[in-house]
Amino acid sequence: MAFRTLITRNPAAPLASRGLHTFSLPDLPYDYGDLEPAISSEIMQLHHQKHHQTYITNYNKALEQLEAASAKGDASTTVKLQSAIKFNGGGHVNHSIFWKSLAPVRAGGGEPPRGPLRWAIDNNFGSFEALIKKMSAEGAAVQGSGWVWLGLDKEFKRLVVETTENQDPLVSKGARLVPLLGIDVWEHAYYLQYKNVRPDYLKNIWKVVNWKHASDVFEKENP
Amino acid sequence: MALRTLIARNPMRAAAPAASRGLKTFSLPDLSYDYGELEPAISGEIMQLHHQKHHQTYITNYNKALEQLDAAIAKGDASTVVKLQSAIKFNGGGHVNHSIFWKNLAPVRAGGGEPPHGSLHKAIDSNFGSFEALIQKMNAEGAAVQGSGWVWLGLDKEFKRLVVETTGNQDPLVTKGASLVPLLGIDVWEHAYYLQYKNVRPDYLKNIWKVINWKYASEVFDKESA
Repeated sequence: MAFRTLITRNPAAPLASRGLHTFSLPDLPYDYGDLEPAISSEIMQLHHQKHHQTYITNYNKALEQLEAASAKGDASTTVKLQSAIKFNGGGHVNHSIFWKSLAPVRAGGGEPPRGPLRWAIDNNFGSFEALIKKMSAEGAAVQGSGWVWLGLDKEFKRLVVETTENQDPLVSKGARLVPLLGIDVWEHAYYLQYKNVRPDYLKNIWKVVNWKHASDVFEKENP
Repeated sequence: MALRTLIARNPMRAAAPAASRGLKTFSLPDLSYDYGELEPAISGEIMQLHHQKHHQTYITNYNKALEQLDAAIAKGDASTVVKLQSAIKFNGGGHVNHSIFWKNLAPVRAGGGEPPHGSLHKAIDSNFGSFEALIQKMNAEGAAVQGSGWVWLGLDKEFKRLVVETTGNQDPLVTKGASLVPLLGIDVWEHAYYLQYKNVRPDYLKNIWKVINWKYASEVFDKESA
């Protein structure tokens, strides 16, 4: 389901309704249990309803505080808020991409890409299998919390595999990078099911990766 | 139990693998309590995974990185030496931090949760106003760590004062200041609490104080304050 934003305008109303976008939790186009056995329903529900929702709640709060500080010309507070904005805004951006990067098997999850994206993968990485291996290795090697991405470098017209830490979005690694696919390697993304064995989570998640979405984004950004 | 190190010495230095040419290898320290003894604050399942899997993996990878470092130094390969620093910092830090963590915890029967007396308590009141204020500060800062990391009670030996600090990933407390000595560290990586507390890190922090080993923190404080 599409990403919902609430905009209300009213000069007498609290900040949030003076035109400040507030964000809300996007619905998943599948049920929590639809990605089993690759990702458990318990994880999907906590991940969506608790973790992603918390980033959104805190992002909205930080944006409200930012607006107040900007209105007062309080540069010190404005700068101090950047950490909360980056972390929570990044968390919202990244998880919104993540839900679209996944799909139940019945909706094509796990089915390798064809067409232009497949050709680009073979061109950039040698083979589809080589890409999977590279992303799994880099995802496993992330120290601490972070993400592993398949990205399109729009400037050099090539695919890249990148990792980011914490909730840094892919664009923090390069302004011209567009995320096609992101995999969350924070422990909350897999621990209840895979415990400390992140490589097993990475091995299994490919069964529900939504290559259709990745292809759509690739073709749109790469006409 | 004390940290065990294995040092093998082999007179046939040229022929032996790096590890037996005098390179220390590290091994998993035993806990001085059973995995289930910190319940209900921390579950036995978490304690076992945390010790046998997470800490052990840091040690295994630290030993491997040290071996590679030894080889690179012997060859004068500066590029590889520098490249290895990330693995050394992360895995060495993981080993250092977890070794402290196990000593920071104790079953209730062994004094876990009992507030400090004596000089450490006085220093806490002096630096933070009260014991409760310290707990509140550590909980707030621990909950606020973005991503993985640790929250510490440290002694600043230079300014002779207590500090609360956080570090990211497996950075030891000393990365926040060369004069800082860890008295108490609390792991706020998700693996430290997720199986039991799920996303609610603040509940983990609220409960862990019931098994904090203030006796150990006091001993370190007294020794480093002398």
